[in-house]
Amino acid sequence: MEDYEIVLGARKDNRLTAIDYISSIVQNFIEFHGDRYYGDDKAVIAGIGQIGNIPVTAIGIEKGKNTEDRIAHNFGSAHPEGYRKALRLMKQAEKFHRPVICFVDTAGAFCGIDAEERGQGRAIAENLYEMSDLKTPILSIVIGEGGSGGALALCHSDRIWMMEDAYFSVVSPESCANILWKSTDKADEAAKALGLTADRLYKLGLIDKVYKKGRLKELKKDIEAEIEVLLSMTSDQLIDGRYRRFRKVGY
Amino acid sequence: MELKKLFLKANNELEYGEVKVKSRRVVCKKCQKQIPVYKIRKNDFVCPECGHYFPVRARRRILMLTDKRSFIEHDRDLESINILRFPDYDEKLSLAKEKSRENEGVICGVATIGGYRTCIFAMDANFMMGSMGAIVGEKITRLFEYATSMSLPVIGVTVSGGARMQEGMISLMQMSKVSAAVKRHSNNGNLYIVLLTNPTTGGVDASFAMLGDITLAEPGARVGFAGPRVIEKSLNQELPKDFQKAERVLECGFVDLIVPRNRQKEALTAILRLHS
Repeated sequence: MEDYEIVLGARKDNRLTAIDYISSIVQNFIEFHGDRYYGDDKAVIAGIGQIGNIPVTAIGIEKGKNTEDRIAHNFGSAHPEGYRKALRLMKQAEKFHRPVICFVDTAGAFCGIDAEERGQGRAIAENLYEMSDLKTPILSIVIGEGGSGGALALCHSDRIWMMEDAYFSVVSPESCANILWKSTDKADEAAKALGLTADRLYKLGLIDKVYKKGRLKELKKDIEAEIEVLLSMTSDQLIDGRYRRFRKVGY
Repeated sequence: MELKKLFLKANNELEYGEVKVKSRRVVCKKCQKQIPVYKIRKNDFVCPECGHYFPVRARRRILMLTDKRSFIEHDRDLESINILRFPDYDEKLSLAKEKSRENEGVICGVATIGGYRTCIFAMDANFMMGSMGAIVGEKITRLFEYATSMSLPVIGVTVSGGARMQEGMISLMQMSKVSAAVKRHSNNGNLYIVLLTNPTTGGVDASFAMLGDITLAEPGARVGFAGPRVIEKSLNQELPKDFQKAERVLECGFVDLIVPRNRQKEALTAILRLHS
């Protein structure tokens, strides 16, 4: 498949969304709300549950199922309070030493006047900052769109996995083509140049595993195995490993 | 080519994007008046007529903020490579090098400010709009690691359009890399002061520009995550005039203090003194 087709496919309506992943992987899921500062952002769903016998915190960026649902979830574009809710629950997970699983599917953090004025930049920065030091395992899975900073804010993790039909990019191929060649027609070229597919990113060593789509049972088993491995490490080992993981990127 | 380089016209900060150099005078973008270069220089690159802030390149910025002859540069030789073989990136890099006369978009090192030893980095808008690629991330990370090991404060002057798209996900992940280094620096009880200058946006705003213990900003500087044109287009409405301007960002609670250019060194000295 062409790179750009993967991008278009990742945006399709009939895909599995974060709710599907959470409901088939995390048992006894209880959703929690609010960031305790401003409000509750429905673009981010978060709560606790268990995988096998292990209690976990699950966080997902949800796009919604039908038009009404999508509007409620703001098409999966989070406001600052969404990222702050995610961080609040990660801090809670740290307290009880619960592993955190993030399901990432967003075209990007929401851009609007109120999002800016409530500190979109600061919210994302704070997530990266605090997650780098979170004393509990974090596992992130990009299940659809990995849109720039808005997706990265849930990916400062010990392991980053991707579905084979997902993408993760610094910029959307359309805006990249628009900036470089003043035309969105060349988005396919841009997609290729950006190296945004799971395959390319795996070869670049930026992600750890690529998954065949639809195989949720296999994914669940692997998540369980992986968090057991991560839980067996001391928090110093975890944090050192996480630091080194990002430290080596690009140099 | 080499000869041409030697005689490259004073490619100074006044040229970048804002004004045309007309012999020894420049036209201020804001008040449209012709002003002799020496007057602007003497006035810290602020228009003496209308108070417009001209962009300042990184090396000049460090000179303006640090004690005379105290600056020792780190990692000057690190240069970007085209890892993804992105089309036209090599040409863009060499053009940026020529235009900025720097190897990369950030200058890092150690200096004293008002006698206090500190690490400092300044980004350069002449180098691909101060965008953050692997080397920019690497240099800043190394500076923070050095500062952590020596228990020194870090002062960061930011100006950037965000992550450099020609390096794809590698540049996006520099946000994570630098943020983690800032966290370690902070965990060891060290001070980090950010000076936001026009413009600080995108991936830099969403990482180390927003992570300072103390956040200063230059008057009128644009500070925000998404570009104003993107927001205008997606909302289909005109933006308020002061949107993403430092003064407004302060009102929203994300900046500690707005400091005019001629008071910046003084302000930094005062803060460093209280942390020494």
